[in-house]
Amino acid sequence: MDPTALFECLSSISCIVTQTSTGLIVGALLFLVAAGLTLIFGVLGVINFSHGSFYMLGAYIALSAYRLTDSYLLAALIAGLGVGLFSLVFERFFMRRVYNADVLLQLLVCYAFILILDDAVKIIWGHEFQSMGMPAAFQTPPLFIGGGIVPVFYVFMMSAAGVIGAIMWYVLTRTRIGKIVRAAAHNPTMTSVLGLNTTWIYAGVFVFGGALAGLAGALAAPVRSMSAGMGFSILIESFIVTVIGGMGSVSGALVGALLIGLVRSFGSIGFPLFVEGIMFIAMALILVLKPSGLLGKEQR
Amino acid sequence: MNTHSSFNKDLLIALAGLAILVAIPFFSPGRVALDFVIRLAAFGLFATSLNILVGYGGMVSFGHAMFFGGGAYAFGLLMQKGGASIPVAILGAILFCALLGFVIGAICVRLKEIYFSFLTLAFQMLIHSIIITWTSLTGGDQGLMGGIPRVWGSLNLADVHTLYWFSCVLGVVCLFLMRTILQSPFGYTLRMVRDNADRAQFLGINVWRVRLYAFILASCFAGIGGVIMALFVSGAYPEFSYWTMSGEAVFMIMMGGLHTFIGPVVGAGLLMVFNDIITRTTEYHGLALGIIVLFFALGLKRGMTDFVVQIYQSLSRKGARS
Repeated sequence: MDPTALFECLSSISCIVTQTSTGLIVGALLFLVAAGLTLIFGVLGVINFSHGSFYMLGAYIALSAYRLTDSYLLAALIAGLGVGLFSLVFERFFMRRVYNADVLLQLLVCYAFILILDDAVKIIWGHEFQSMGMPAAFQTPPLFIGGGIVPVFYVFMMSAAGVIGAIMWYVLTRTRIGKIVRAAAHNPTMTSVLGLNTTWIYAGVFVFGGALAGLAGALAAPVRSMSAGMGFSILIESFIVTVIGGMGSVSGALVGALLIGLVRSFGSIGFPLFVEGIMFIAMALILVLKPSGLLGKEQR
Repeated sequence: MNTHSSFNKDLLIALAGLAILVAIPFFSPGRVALDFVIRLAAFGLFATSLNILVGYGGMVSFGHAMFFGGGAYAFGLLMQKGGASIPVAILGAILFCALLGFVIGAICVRLKEIYFSFLTLAFQMLIHSIIITWTSLTGGDQGLMGGIPRVWGSLNLADVHTLYWFSCVLGVVCLFLMRTILQSPFGYTLRMVRDNADRAQFLGINVWRVRLYAFILASCFAGIGGVIMALFVSGAYPEFSYWTMSGEAVFMIMMGGLHTFIGPVVGAGLLMVFNDIITRTTEYHGLALGIIVLFFALGLKRGMTDFVVQIYQSLSRKGARS
């Protein structure tokens, strides 16, 4: 525990800039994963416990696609689409069967997929840690803002997450598709009575959520080392994010993700061993004081 | 009257079970059977305690291993660093788990079911990372090394035969206690809360308190399972409180059957056999186990003891008709 280091950092602009940018990219990744998790929960009422594994899959697919095509943007796109496709299979053939079943069975299906995907990654990509390295397009000198160093790729990550978030907000609140999705979340029976195919709405939301996780994995690939099981810690963190922001609320996921990201990056200077504890205490406080989360609706 | 006779029946079954277990070493004197039964006592208690929550309370915890690991570490540390005697250390471990269960349960049990699952999972990861990072106390990812002094007076639990007796007695006594608690008015209140929490509340039952008591009880018995495991391996490892352990426990009770009291123990035994076979045949343990889990969760959708009960019921119905 070293609070003086934190105060020293807070008194220098360069340190603030560096730590904030680190916090923001962590927040961006968490937002993408948590947004998918919260959207799936909001519409389908199930929690995809294997969501973290989708993120891992995205990172590994991006790695292979980048090595094949040598284009990072193409690789990220392939990762998003690939994981989306995988989510479709997962939803149609496995998860759909347990929507109305006991939580126990939903949990077990996801548990099975976490185990299977972790081993599949080991079989396909090997047991060792893998890393993509910074793509050639981003190997440019970093930006200096107020004396702090910000790699160009960080800016790209933040803007990518920002753009995706903006598109999500627009589609969900301003378009017909968004209306249908919200209707299905609110009252699925009524929605299907109106002649809308809720089965495919569900599948669509699941695929979209999965694709977001895959994209997040692709964005994380250049800055994180990859290993089987890497999805699990991000699963827990994005769950904390959704609890803080409010389960089912995408804007809540954004607020929660940025909060956790910044707590992580500044906390790692001041009290590295207690960062996780602080996240949990924050979550416990929210659960006790406002169980619906900062921006969530009251539970019916 | 009725509860009294069922108590006597359970006592008879427990004694019969103990008699069978005591007889096993005479028929199969090798270490294999003894080791298996000792581990079964640990995992059987662990799974059955989880079933108090899942099967009887309708609360699907995905973080139950934190109490299994918590019990093992508390016991090991009390023996190793605290110099406590075996009974004191066991009591200490139970107390520790009760306290942990109280704190975590107080936050978790008020939540809706899927929230509850995720939150227990999250707290378990916190406990796991505390064990990993607090190296000076827990030995970090190496686990609690150096062995636990397993001797108390003339009771030498380092000897596999003594440990076998000890685990059997402890296991059967705890199972009997859990059965008695679940057949008591408290057990039936818990079932009522599971089936219809609103109605239970109207009847003046404090739902939150009933769930919390069940959570604490389950934590304590899981901790005793952890103590047996710590005695068996003479140490404690972070894997005891890792999420895969909780996943396995959930699978144990699903595979064994949640609607029969002894189901989780059957499931624990089956999973141990599966695990042994898988480890011997392939290095991809998760892949094989995952496929088995999918087969049970999507294919059979019920546990083994549920099958037996179904067959028994359909047979007796036929018998009644003819």
